[in-house]
Amino acid sequence: MIRIVSVVFVLLFGTAAQATDVMRMAVTTSFHNSGLAEVLLPEIKAELDIEVQLLVVGTGQALKLGRAGDVDAILVHSKAAEEAFVAEGYGPYRREIMYNDFVFIGPSGDPAGVKSSESASEALQAISEAQSTFVSRGDDSGTHKKELSLWEASGASPEGRWYNAVGAGMGAALNTASGLNAYILSDRASWLNFGNKGDLALLYAGDPVLFNQYAYLPVSTERHRHVKGDLVQSLENWLVSDKAAELINGYTIDGETLFVFNAVN
Amino acid sequence: MTDLWSGLSQAFWLVVTADAELAEIALRSLHVTLTALVLGCAIAMPLAALLAVRRFRWRRTVIAVLNALMGLPPVVVGLVVYILLSRSGPFGVFGLLFTPTAMIIAQMVIIIPLIASIAHQSLRDLWQDYHDLLISMNVTQWQKIRTLLWDARRALLTAALAGFGRGIGEVGAIMIVGGNIDNATRVLTTAIALETGKGDFALALALGIVLIGLTIAVNLCIHWLGQTEREGRW
Repeated sequence: MIRIVSVVFVLLFGTAAQATDVMRMAVTTSFHNSGLAEVLLPEIKAELDIEVQLLVVGTGQALKLGRAGDVDAILVHSKAAEEAFVAEGYGPYRREIMYNDFVFIGPSGDPAGVKSSESASEALQAISEAQSTFVSRGDDSGTHKKELSLWEASGASPEGRWYNAVGAGMGAALNTASGLNAYILSDRASWLNFGNKGDLALLYAGDPVLFNQYAYLPVSTERHRHVKGDLVQSLENWLVSDKAAELINGYTIDGETLFVFNAVN
Repeated sequence: MTDLWSGLSQAFWLVVTADAELAEIALRSLHVTLTALVLGCAIAMPLAALLAVRRFRWRRTVIAVLNALMGLPPVVVGLVVYILLSRSGPFGVFGLLFTPTAMIIAQMVIIIPLIASIAHQSLRDLWQDYHDLLISMNVTQWQKIRTLLWDARRALLTAALAGFGRGIGEVGAIMIVGGNIDNATRVLTTAIALETGKGDFALALALGIVLIGLTIAVNLCIHWLGQTEREGRW
């Protein structure tokens, strides 16, 4: 019996061997849910021979991972928080890679009348006046921070029983919105890739304030000596290359382009 | 309802076509939990036997605490192990965070109190029967422990299976310390959480069915290896 068990264990342990270079990158749930990672990572592996291990978390936690030195690089979308990260010396700089936009999702009947809004502020005011159920990420992520700044700009206060902060990732929050048939702010990519749409529909998009910039931040090798600076650098060079531009701009779901490449070389 | 049916059929096809990714995730689940189980048993069972045969001042307190720790919340264990293993934590230099090793450590912390408590219950009962005999034979402490562990092996199997059950279905701790990294630390439970997050309930359910099937298979296997419930055996 002991022999059989030990054979099983050798088989189980045998799968652990790895040959290529491995680095860790923290990315936002919205980036991962878009499905773009599944296009980019195999190419990176093939061209650079780097295995990028993704940690899918909110922007707040991604930056926290970078501060602690638990990841080598970060790809997030919250400019103010990123600039604070760089200013505190945890990363040497931030480099803009691509953007997409945020969209308002809600019940297809549109009880609050968001569809006819002229701006994002107006859309939020309509939701708050109608006290329509609204789901907020509530997890200190880039999308959450964006939502809070939009509420502030609109002058309406996100308080009351209709406002539900779920404290979860983009997909989980969309699931909740689908279950409650509620309004929610989502990035376009996650919405298009979401599999449980139910009665929800895209109601409003297009205000310039809904612009969503993704940036790449290397983690400081001065603060954390174990960070794989050379791999981080070659990944950055690849992400701003023409090849990456082609893949990012060419990524579509149902014929819709999700990201626009805008890195400056 | 449609999700349930498409989940069932998807589970069926995933298993029948021996999907490579599924096999990898399932093997990793087994690897993490079985390793945690073996190491956990190696610590918990001698500990349980020691608590049964040895009398010391804080024995009752230790047993009570051990029983209480059976209900240790996995998510808190995950958080504490995370903080300890983080690069900015005390064991950061080993770079263990977000590796299968970290997941094994977290699961060991969760299952050791459970295994030790259940094992201690049955060893204590056995010790009542064996006490006079072993004392009269004037055996050493170590011999007492060995005798108890060997003669209670089938009851200990139950303790181990309970530990396995708790480990294989656990998601809170390994999600935090493993990070659910594709091809590195993704296991069945965290993959289910991820697919649910994407709104792909059918695939999540299919993975769930595979997980339950795997648990049953492992249990049957261990029973078969231990040759319990056979004629002429207790």
